[in-house]
Amino acid sequence: MLHFRDISFRYKIPLRATVLVLVTATVLTTSLLLREYRDLRRDMLDGSARWSAVLSQTLVAPMLHDDLWRAFEIVRAATSPGGGEQASAITLVDPRLRIYVSTDPARYPILAPLHERGEAAREIASRIDGAAGTASHSVEIADKLYVITPIDADGVRLGHMILEHTSTFMQSRFAGMWLSATLVTLFVLLLILPVSWFWGRRMAEPLVHLADCIGKVGATIPPPGALQFEDSKDELGQVGRAVARMFDELREKEGLEREMLFSERLAAIGRLTGGIAHEINNPLGGMLNAIGTYRKHGASDPELAARTMSLLERGLLQIRDTVSALLVEAKAPSHPLAPQDIEDVHILLKPEAAKKSARLQWNCELPDEIPLPATLVRQVLINLVLNALQAVEAGGTVACDIGLSADGMTMAVRNDGRYIEESRLPYLFEPFVGDGNGKHGLGLWITYQIVTGLGGHISVQSEPGLTVFAVDLPLGMAVEMESAS
Amino acid sequence: MNRRQALFGLCGLAFAGRGARAVAETGGDAVRIGMTPVFLDDQVGFLGAWRDYLAQALGRPVEFIQRGSYREIVELMRQEKLHFAWLCGYPYVREQRWMRLLVVPVHQGQPLYRSYLIVPARDTATTRIAELRDRVFAFSDPDSNSGYLYPHYQLNRANTSPANFFRRSFFTYSHKKVVEAVALEVAHGGAVDGYVWDTLARTHAELTGRTRVADRSPPFGFPPFVAGPVASPALFRRMQAILLAMHDDGAGAGFLRQLNLDRFALGTPALYADIERMLRAVGQPNV
Repeated sequence: MLHFRDISFRYKIPLRATVLVLVTATVLTTSLLLREYRDLRRDMLDGSARWSAVLSQTLVAPMLHDDLWRAFEIVRAATSPGGGEQASAITLVDPRLRIYVSTDPARYPILAPLHERGEAAREIASRIDGAAGTASHSVEIADKLYVITPIDADGVRLGHMILEHTSTFMQSRFAGMWLSATLVTLFVLLLILPVSWFWGRRMAEPLVHLADCIGKVGATIPPPGALQFEDSKDELGQVGRAVARMFDELREKEGLEREMLFSERLAAIGRLTGGIAHEINNPLGGMLNAIGTYRKHGASDPELAARTMSLLERGLLQIRDTVSALLVEAKAPSHPLAPQDIEDVHILLKPEAAKKSARLQWNCELPDEIPLPATLVRQVLINLVLNALQAVEAGGTVACDIGLSADGMTMAVRNDGRYIEESRLPYLFEPFVGDGNGKHGLGLWITYQIVTGLGGHISVQSEPGLTVFAVDLPLGMAVEMESAS
Repeated sequence: MNRRQALFGLCGLAFAGRGARAVAETGGDAVRIGMTPVFLDDQVGFLGAWRDYLAQALGRPVEFIQRGSYREIVELMRQEKLHFAWLCGYPYVREQRWMRLLVVPVHQGQPLYRSYLIVPARDTATTRIAELRDRVFAFSDPDSNSGYLYPHYQLNRANTSPANFFRRSFFTYSHKKVVEAVALEVAHGGAVDGYVWDTLARTHAELTGRTRVADRSPPFGFPPFVAGPVASPALFRRMQAILLAMHDDGAGAGFLRQLNLDRFALGTPALYADIERMLRAVGQPNV
């Protein structure tokens, strides 16, 4: 479901502006109409009272002379359509509150007592009884408005005029007013809404553009000039400048990183080359010495010659070992890994653990054969466990957990020995970065090459008291490799 | 008469009319005729045209004088401010000592008319005035035969009077307004000149349609044209001749048609004997 908060500012701002305009228009129109209604009502009451006073004056003579028809003609003219102030009915009553004549003779027949002519008439009769003075007054009964005006001649009361307005008269006038006000409002809205929509969109446009540009960050960094914003001092200008600055910095950082990566790589190559040179230089030095000695003394000494040959052979073997260790590859075709292969490694390593008087906890949960090259996996496991055994103190513990997960095979080798300082972690899997105890430091490098070669992943966590090497090897990848081989 | 002549004729008439009016306004020797609501006297345009017609025939300006009641016209005539008047038979009978009968209109072949008792159309039961006891009743004019004297006479014969018999009665001073009062149901019944009601039925059917004629009186002499003391014998004869001949020329016949009359005829006081009898019976020489 689409929430309002998820809608683009491109629509949200114009929508809000529209709602604001609509609400404003409605509130304004309503309040104006309410005021108009009050004014209209007051005007109507005032007008009706004034008009009643005038009308009552013209009725004095007919009532004084008891000219019923003339009185009727006057009130009838006053209620006829177009008779100005619209009254729906006018009734005249005599001083004894009997109907003198009415424009509605069916409801108010001549000479009938007023209070017998219905609820409203009774109420009016009681009002007339209670009222004093010569002013007219109005009373609202049910949905009708009655204006009661005394008819006096020289201080003598001749009767009363009761003018009846139906509220529908008021309503029809108000409805007309309401209709015209609504039409005017709608017309104004028709003018304002497109303008507000246009301004709203214009306001949203830079925001949308900024969001688009920022949204691209991660995948790419927008090139200089892709971000366009008005160079104003308002918030949008500030945000625009900030984002532009951010992009500049990001680009700079990216450049720096690329440079750093490059120099890192160069450094790694340098270290590798240095390591290789060192590893080869050592036996080379020994062999050159041996050859020198042989030239000086031993052309005739068969024992020396044999010793020299043996020394040369050992030196060359060492060089070959070094070189072959560097050329890690899935060499020999291998059978699939079975639980027995893991158990072989366990048996192989038990004496090493015993030598260090360390405990070796072995926990293998491989159910059956799995499609991974056994030789390589065994080499990885051996390397990791040997490293761990080397790291533990006497009486320490090395634990090995091997199992299957949804993604493939997992191996975790833990030890509670010396931990690896954080500064060494980034270079751990590079060659020739031994821990300085005389090893050439190719073990982890080889392990890393094998794991990545199998499409897996190796990680290390180390803190005082616990160092864990974890390896994940996907099965699908291994199958491919095997079939390729 | 070709079209050009007709056009000239019309122009001449228009100028003649203007001239006549100019004389009338200055007063002078205008012939003054009092009009009462014995007919539909609210047709101002018609009256203007008829007046011009009479002025042309007489060769003297003519002025129609209209007042709210019969009595005012009678008074004006008594004060010699009117030469002639179209009055009801009732004031004529009362004042015949000094009034002379000029002509009598002929309606539907006879110089007679009736008084109608009318009730609202909703009232389908009433057939006689005696059934309207304690109701509201509208009379036309206290000096009208059809609109007051006849119903008054009827009540008298029943040993009662309007004041006692009706809950309330009032005068509208016009037959047409009696019809209105009954049509609007202000009154439960009314007495009206039959000739006026019939004429109204032709021109204002929507008004008479809301009333029903419940009862018709015997025929009485039609409201006559009378001459006052100020009318000279010569003027009397001239006026009589013009009116008696009206139906003979096109324009005059047109006016008569609009008045819903056949013609004017000579009448005798005997025509109004019934009214005189009723007047005596009611015993009111002067209301």
